[in-house]
Parts: sequence; C-alpha cells; structure tokens
Amino acid sequence: MIELLSTAPPTSTGEAVAFWVLAPIAVVAAVMILLSRKAVHSALWMATTMIVLAVLFIMQGGIFLGVVQVVVYTGAVMMLFLFVLMLVGVDASDSFVETLRAQRVAGVLLALGLSGMLVAAISRAAFPAAPGIGAANDEAGGHVEAIAQAIFTRYVFTFEVVSIVLITAAVGAMALTHKELLSPRKLHGELSIERVRGQHPTPYPSPGVYAQHNGVDTPALLPDGSASEASVPDELRRQGTVRYTELEATREQESDGGTPR
Amino acid sequence: MNPENYLYLATILFAIGSVGVLVRRNAIVVFMCVELMLNASNLAFVSFARLNGNIDGQIVAFFVMVVAAAEVVIGLAIIVTIFRTRRSASVDDPNLLKL
Repeated sequence: MIELLSTAPPTSTGEAVAFWVLAPIAVVAAVMILLSRKAVHSALWMATTMIVLAVLFIMQGGIFLGVVQVVVYTGAVMMLFLFVLMLVGVDASDSFVETLRAQRVAGVLLALGLSGMLVAAISRAAFPAAPGIGAANDEAGGHVEAIAQAIFTRYVFTFEVVSIVLITAAVGAMALTHKELLSPRKLHGELSIERVRGQHPTPYPSPGVYAQHNGVDTPALLPDGSASEASVPDELRRQGTVRYTELEATREQESDGGTPR
Repeated sequence: MNPENYLYLATILFAIGSVGVLVRRNAIVVFMCVELMLNASNLAFVSFARLNGNIDGQIVAFFVMVVAAAEVVIGLAIIVTIFRTRRSASVDDPNLLKL
C-alpha cells in the first residue's frame, strides 16, 4: 500500500479528482475561518482545513506526516484551542468595528499582492519531473524507515533542539498560567473556628422558604414577612438577579424603601 | 493534473491565513490563522519533497509541526494570562505600551 501510493505517477486521474474535490473544500473552510463571527465556528472550520491537508499530505506520499497531522493538529492543537475558548468565554464574539481606517481593505490587498507574487514565481519556475518519494522509501526499506533514518542521522541535531523547544514550551506554559496565592490557604480547622466565633454559627436559611417560588434566586421569608438576605448566594446578589416576592415589594412600598434583611 | 497545483493551493491558503492575522481582532482566531499559514507552508514542503524525489521536505514539515505545537502551547498560555488580568481576548485591548 505504501509503495503503491508513493510510487504512483504524479498525474494519476484518481489523484486529480481527489485534489479538485479537496482543494475547494480547504479554501472554503479557510475563508470561513475569517468570516465566522464566533471563535468556536472558526475552530471547527480550522479542523476541516487541517483534515483536508492531512489527506493531501497522504496523497503526496507523506503518510507518516498525514497521520501526525491528524493526531497532533486535529487532535491535540484544536482540542487546546477549544479548551482555551471555553476558558475565556465561548460567546465572546469578535467586534467587527474597524479601529484603524481601511485596515481591512489594506490587509486584503496585501494578501492578494502576496499570493499574486508567489503564484507568478511558481508559474515561471521550472520543476523536475516529480519522481515521487518512492525511490527514497525503497532505499531505506519503507516510508517510516526512511523518515526515521533521516531524523536520527542527518537531522539528529535539529531533532535534539526541537525536543529542547518542546520541554521549554511545557515549562513556560506552566510558569505563565501558574496563579500566585495572595493569602495562605485556610484549612478546615481554621474555617470551623472562624464560623463558630463569627456572626452566624448555624447554617444559613435555605432560599425560597415560605416564599412564592423555591428557586435559589428567591430569598426566604422571615417570620415578619421580610426577605432574608443571607438565604441567597453571594454570587447572585452580586449579579443583581435576586428575585423578591410581591409581599416584600408591597412592604417596601409601605415602609418607603426599607432595605430588605 | 500538474503536481504544481499543490503549490498554488499552499499559496492561496497562506494568503488567507495572512489576511486573518491582519484583519481579525480575537487573539485566538489570529492564532488559528497563524496555524493555517504554518500548515500551508507544510503543504509546500511536502509537495517539494515529492517534486524533488527525496524525503527531506517531509522531515522539515515534521519539525515545523513540532515547533507549531510548542508555539500554540505558549501562545495560548499568554492569551489565558492576559485574559485573567484584563478580561478580554481582543488584540486591541492590551495597549499599555502606547504613548
């Protein structure tokens, strides 16, 4: 199978069909990365492009690279992208307001110029007859063997440097995302002492007791009919999404805006 | 089909990635576009390996992949750190060095 793929003539019909089917998919997916408003959609289009590129690698005899592309890019890198997207807020959509005037037009023009220049250079260059990497594979006794031979003999120094880069990246990521504790962590004993000596040794009232709803955003009603502030979670109070009952609302009107307890 | 078409495809993908780096504001999408440019260069390397009949282009593409993975790790860690202090992933917001 490996020999068949890599020694195939450069212009077989099957390869041409696959190329003309896959290349538009890759280009459309790449354009959709730019046009998607949400970053998650961009990430999914990115995964599409990467899988198509993996197939293109395999079509050109880079079977090992194609598999590595699927494992490393669509597996690990896109996973990391989605993880960070979830971390920084999945619905944080891009603002499409231009902060620099005509920046978008200038960017597109620059890219058109770049691609025009590269296409002109490629179209005027003379290329060899595309022998394929079959001969190089046969020399080493197989595709993976040929790659292993190259990495561990001619490129062994590059390989070591790249391994240093990977280790440095891992340590750097840990150092960057490490959060310093501003105060020492409280242990269980200190927490209990704090609670017994504090204002409220008993458990706080649960939300919704004697109220009209039993949701966590509804404060419990005290015997005099007023709402208990301590019964709703701090986070909801901070967000201002606490629901007060009609009883409490009428009470507030009667007493001219008395603050709920 | 001419095998040079792979090079044209790589050129187009590289240009699209460069547009994304220049135009988009979300740092994560900018990063994805950098990855797209690296992938396009990988496609060119694999095509050249096939055009010249030796395996060295594929080795270089393999090293590019490894370096790209390391770069993604560091870049996303920086994005997370900036988001933690400034609550934003937009590349316009960190302008503290501006006069």
